[in-house]
Amino acid sequence: MTANNSSSIAISISGLRRRFGPQQVLDGVDLQCPRGQITTIVGPSGCGKTVFLKHLTLLMRPDAGHIVIDGVDVTLLRSRSLDSVREQFGVLFQGGALFDSLTVFENVAFPLVEKTRLGRSEIAAAVTDKLAAVGLDGMGHKYPSEISGGMQKRAALARALIRNPKILYLDEPTTGLDPTRTGAIHELIRRTHEKFGLTVVMVSHDVPQVFEISDRVAFMNQGKMWLSGTVAQVMEAEDPTFERFLAGRGSDDDAEGTATDGETETRV
Amino acid sequence: MNTPTGIDTPATLRIAPLIERFGASVLESVYALGRFVLFLLSAVAEIFMPPYKVRLVLRQIRTIGAESFFLVALIAMFTGMVLGLQGEFTLRKFGSEGALGTVVSLVLVRELGPVLTALMVTARAGSAMAAEIGAMQVTEQIDALTVMAINPVQYLVSPRVIAGVISFPLLTSMFDVIGIMGGYAVGVGLMGAPSASYFNGIAQNMTGDDVMGGLYKALTFGLIVAWVSCYKGYNAQRMATGVSRATTEAVVLSSVLILMFDYFLTSLLLK
Repeated sequence: MTANNSSSIAISISGLRRRFGPQQVLDGVDLQCPRGQITTIVGPSGCGKTVFLKHLTLLMRPDAGHIVIDGVDVTLLRSRSLDSVREQFGVLFQGGALFDSLTVFENVAFPLVEKTRLGRSEIAAAVTDKLAAVGLDGMGHKYPSEISGGMQKRAALARALIRNPKILYLDEPTTGLDPTRTGAIHELIRRTHEKFGLTVVMVSHDVPQVFEISDRVAFMNQGKMWLSGTVAQVMEAEDPTFERFLAGRGSDDDAEGTATDGETETRV
Repeated sequence: MNTPTGIDTPATLRIAPLIERFGASVLESVYALGRFVLFLLSAVAEIFMPPYKVRLVLRQIRTIGAESFFLVALIAMFTGMVLGLQGEFTLRKFGSEGALGTVVSLVLVRELGPVLTALMVTARAGSAMAAEIGAMQVTEQIDALTVMAINPVQYLVSPRVIAGVISFPLLTSMFDVIGIMGGYAVGVGLMGAPSASYFNGIAQNMTGDDVMGGLYKALTFGLIVAWVSCYKGYNAQRMATGVSRATTEAVVLSSVLILMFDYFLTSLLLK
């Protein structure tokens, strides 16, 4: 679990900086995400973890610093070559971000329909397979508005997995879910991770429950990785800031992310 | 904001922040205009980049064009009818009832057809475009497209721009024809203007330039409405009022630009 030599690192982030107006949201973030492990990023509201994830998913570009994915420095790439990097990862957005004009089936099929030349039957087989993997068999004909929040998350997870990515990014996968469903989604993430051997990077506010399924934890504070390591290392570090965070903020008050000039995040 | 260095008389200290703020707002306006224009340029550039999605364009032509037809037909009918009524009433005073067809058709083809069609389609389809794209932005669906390596401008904006440019002239043509029929129904049928001279007047006095001028206007308005509505939706703020504000701004700005460009185009075309 603690293997840390460079070849086992899937994603390596160094000195990542990003400023919005007067606010230095990312202030030199360093993080190593080992291949095939679940790395969970936690931290107080406004610490920059949502913005950080947007850099990993290539939705934002940093002012300075590097993100190296499988040996490729993606901060040096331009638009068309970024697309080939994007095809290697899947993203589960906070609200699911399912296309509400399409059914669950069409949503999951969407990346295959748009980006591959697979035939109709092959696509149907792949979609059925992924829907079964997230426990949504037989729900394909429904529209996102007709299913519960937990099911939307599952459908979105199936869509994120449909092209068999090597890396999966999860942005607060349990926001807005009750404790039972939170547990079920965590279990699903763990199982999916084991089944597909994915490298997972997750932003979560479900401390300390989320530690049960995590290999590594990074505590983000004031735009930096304050503390990171295996779950055991972080828990034994006895860092006063981290302990205050664990004691004071175990609950769901973290949905608004960072509110800055350029980006105002709200749950919708 | 910052204390100016070098000059430190009290008067300049008081004026400097004002000038700074004025400069900042001018700069911001210039940036905003730049983003607005670049948005259209990238949408137009993406039209020529593969993959070509004819299906998306057809769907938008259906939404913007076909589904607006009955509304446009209704407005055209009543516009033509009121023109027939007013025209016949006024022309009779001058003993020129025979000119009714000419008056109604030229007013419709040159001016009211393109403008009223554009305003009605803005209210119906422009607002829908802004709201739909705005909701997609707010719920991260546009981000979802991007991470799937699908260019959201190419996927969402370009088809709407093409559909706007195709649909508006078609709808305007239908508006013109239906409006002329409405004018005939009231002016000739109800008010008793001479029937033969209605259509003879149109045939003799309407030129190809009149028709083309109206269609150039419609084409410009189609571009404006799709451009403004998509831009406002695309830049919707991620908050509760974001989508509604984007929709309102799209309709208001489209309408204002339609009427402004109508004047400029008319002054160009009349030369």
